[in-house]
Amino acid sequence: MDIDELLRAPLRVVNVGLERFTRDLHDQGVPVIEVDWSPSAGGDERLRELLSKLGS
Amino acid sequence: MLADRIEKANREAVERIFAGDPVLLDVRPAADVIAGLEDRVVLHAGPPIAWEAMCGPLRGAIAGAAVLEGWAKDLAEAERLAGSGALAFHPNHHFDAVGPMTGITTRTMPVMVFENRAFGNRAYITVNEGLGKVMRFGGNDEEVLARLRWIASDLGPAMGQAIRSLGGIPLKPIVAKGLAMGDEMHQRNVACTGLTVRAIAPALARTMGEAGKLATILEFVSGNDQFFLNIAMGMAKALMDPVRGIEGCSIVTAMSRNGTDFGVRVSATGDEWFTAPVEMPQGLYFPGFDEVDANPDIGDSTIVETVGLGGFAMAAAPAVAGFVGAGGAAEAIAHTRAMYEITAARNPAWTLPALEFAGTPTGIDIRKVVETGVAPTINTGIAHREAGVGQVGAGIVRAPLACFVGALESFAATVGAT
Amino acid sequence: MSGPVVFNRVRRSFYLDSVALMRLARELAGQAGVDEAALMIGSASNKQVLADAGLLADEGRSAGADDLVIALRAAGEETGRNALAYAEGLLERPQTGADEAGTWRPKTLASAAEALGDANLALISVPGEFAADEARKALKAGLHVMLFSDNVSLDDERALKAEARQRRRLLMGPDCGTAVIGGVPLGFANALPRGDVGIVSASGTGLQEVSCLIARGGCGISHAIGVGGRDLSDSVGGIMTLEAIGTLDSDPATRRIVLISKPPDAGVADAVFARVSQSRKPFTVCFLGLETVAAPPNVRFAPTLRAAAADVVGENLTPAPPDFDAAAPSDRGWIRGLFTGGSLCAEAQVVLKAAGVPVVSNAPIPGVAASPAEGAPGHVLLDLGASEYTVGRPHPMIDPAQRNKALASAMGEREIAVVLLDVVIGYGAHEDPAGEIAATLAAPADGPPTVVASVCGTADDPQGYDHQVQILEDAGVIVARSNAEAAEIALRLATG
Repeated sequence: MDIDELLRAPLRVVNVGLERFTRDLHDQGVPVIEVDWSPSAGGDERLRELLSKLGS
Repeated sequence: MLADRIEKANREAVERIFAGDPVLLDVRPAADVIAGLEDRVVLHAGPPIAWEAMCGPLRGAIAGAAVLEGWAKDLAEAERLAGSGALAFHPNHHFDAVGPMTGITTRTMPVMVFENRAFGNRAYITVNEGLGKVMRFGGNDEEVLARLRWIASDLGPAMGQAIRSLGGIPLKPIVAKGLAMGDEMHQRNVACTGLTVRAIAPALARTMGEAGKLATILEFVSGNDQFFLNIAMGMAKALMDPVRGIEGCSIVTAMSRNGTDFGVRVSATGDEWFTAPVEMPQGLYFPGFDEVDANPDIGDSTIVETVGLGGFAMAAAPAVAGFVGAGGAAEAIAHTRAMYEITAARNPAWTLPALEFAGTPTGIDIRKVVETGVAPTINTGIAHREAGVGQVGAGIVRAPLACFVGALESFAATVGAT
Repeated sequence: MSGPVVFNRVRRSFYLDSVALMRLARELAGQAGVDEAALMIGSASNKQVLADAGLLADEGRSAGADDLVIALRAAGEETGRNALAYAEGLLERPQTGADEAGTWRPKTLASAAEALGDANLALISVPGEFAADEARKALKAGLHVMLFSDNVSLDDERALKAEARQRRRLLMGPDCGTAVIGGVPLGFANALPRGDVGIVSASGTGLQEVSCLIARGGCGISHAIGVGGRDLSDSVGGIMTLEAIGTLDSDPATRRIVLISKPPDAGVADAVFARVSQSRKPFTVCFLGLETVAAPPNVRFAPTLRAAAADVVGENLTPAPPDFDAAAPSDRGWIRGLFTGGSLCAEAQVVLKAAGVPVVSNAPIPGVAASPAEGAPGHVLLDLGASEYTVGRPHPMIDPAQRNKALASAMGEREIAVVLLDVVIGYGAHEDPAGEIAATLAAPADGPPTVVASVCGTADDPQGYDHQVQILEDAGVIVARSNAEAAEIALRLATG
């Protein structure tokens, strides 16, 4: 959906990061899913760079 | 653009897996069908390994095989022979073969012959010996060798004859049914074993003269809940081999362990093995055994996970999740869902009822493994760390991430991204 | 007492999954006095395993392949019999439901979006160095993005926004943690009534202050889009401001639009006004730090956040300030502003600067001197949310510790007459910022400065506007009705 459609549609949110935002949205009845996030490639700078070249 | 090239290659890979048509074609003595399997050659599980680096059960199984083949008169002489350099050791995978646990394959052992009819390639694996003290878990006493001799003299020829009379047994439908009946094809093969007996029993009865021998064979096969494991492995090997060597493809074509190292092969990097030390399985033990008895992870059976079954299809077999966790449906589903995050596609032919009939996670993408840090989940048996004892438990183990990191670096160099 | 004894019990025609049996055996073996235990179906191979483990007795030998053998070795007769009874109990025990610990959580944004189904927005608040990667993945997955993270590089921001525009997606932020889309607060934001006022803001707390004043003035918000603090810079070129204006312009629920930013770069301002001039909707523009600006006819300019809100609400939001003479100190002195909101700090500078009072700040608006330290003499207004205070620490709107420390220190400085505070509430903010201030002020001080504050929030916020005001007033704080008013009160107290 483009921007105009987003403003008319009910939000469905993927939360990546602070867990409290998931709780806040959940408390307001907004469908939300929390990513069990960790840095890509465990934060290894060299591997992250390699992965981005490989399109991941 | 490189990313698009890799995506295209990976799509090609999963399309080849999905297009595969694996059939159990025959059972023959290994020397008759495996090219290059000479005298005094031992095929084993996992990536290449020298005698000195081998774990207890692998050495034990090799010693047993040397006695079985008549290269040594007893186990002590067999050990000396193996250590003297008189035997050649090669991975099954280098001979179009796979083998469970120690995975020993030598000339006189009957092997099941699989053909992927969509691509014409063949794969080979020995017949499953049963549970408990068996060669694949490092067993090597007279009882173990006697059973192997019976498999060579009676079971192998009878199965071969029956299967030939059927013109081969297509395997994808059996696996599809098994998934709906609670098998994941690594730890759990009860349903598929039953389905195989159902498929083969009339032909066995028709082709075998002697009712007594027929009964013994049917008792042996139907009394072994893991009989289908070797069939699943041979099928998986036949499905994965056409994926080897696709330019720009980051899909894993084989995962395998020799009890010391875990090895991974990736399509674009061809036959190179990327290895790291194997991990210890976590699981449950048979009475009288515990963790201190356990050998590290071993076997070619991870070819089953490579094709999207076993730990990847855990959602089909909730009880198996109980080896490490509480063993419920939610936990089993969680294992499979995690595997979706590191795979390229879902297999439309093999679906999981517990996941609204979603397809099994197929095509392990090394990029996704390294990115997420999610290692493939593997269901496995646990061998005793000493030669001669056999199976002591079963459980779950993770593929070491280091294999995938090594594979990614080599893959990047292969596709010109450094 | 003799040595260990082997006990077998057979349950005829009983089947349970072998993994379940192994788990029960482990539990049984953990009982006091039990050496070894096994529960196995009585097949020939299993009985061999039991025999090898020295656990098979006569009763077990009689079991068939459809029977269960409970086998154990225990220290004595009674222990063994009790253990058998315990094992029977385990078999009867009802199975509990699915284990919560086993439930799956997606590891990646893409799989989360797929699992949720019809996801349309990613809210990203991971550390800045990883945030751009996640935003890129979100755009690739077709999602709109609210990039809450700060410390995203300018190059990444520009590239992400260009990609978002090309994909017709919103990329809100970075470094502007506020948005309200369709009434849903995202990041730091307040519970606002729906209405016909749309907001586009390059400032997080600026958006919060204006939207809360509008709400408290009786109007409502259609959407409030935070475009990121650097959006109106030459480097980013106002990409998202233009996109947001465009979408609010065509949104039938939005009748008028408020635009908030620090002063934009000139070329960008021209581009923005060129787009604004094509709209038939009225605009209120606040470029905080600019007193006036040449703008199209449908634009009214507001020098402060309060003025922007007043322009919308259509009434003067600055009636006579509350009675504070009683609290006025006899000695005049300096104002020390300790702000958690950058734009609230900027607005206070606008008020002091307009009054011709010299002021310094670590986050100066045009015409205000930069002050690096909080100990400097003069009127000092500090943005405690600025990067020099937040690297490696949570934002003071989330964790007030940093400001508590600065407040306690200011309360003991003799030259300071007035401490000026903002209290930002709403979603994402600390659960009781007023309470934190009250607790800090509870420590007695010798001739302490007067404390003036305003609460940025609404009655429907989780912390409750009125409740927070009450806590502050009980602690002796003069509470103004807006941030600008708080600055005006502080000015009068400090300078007469």
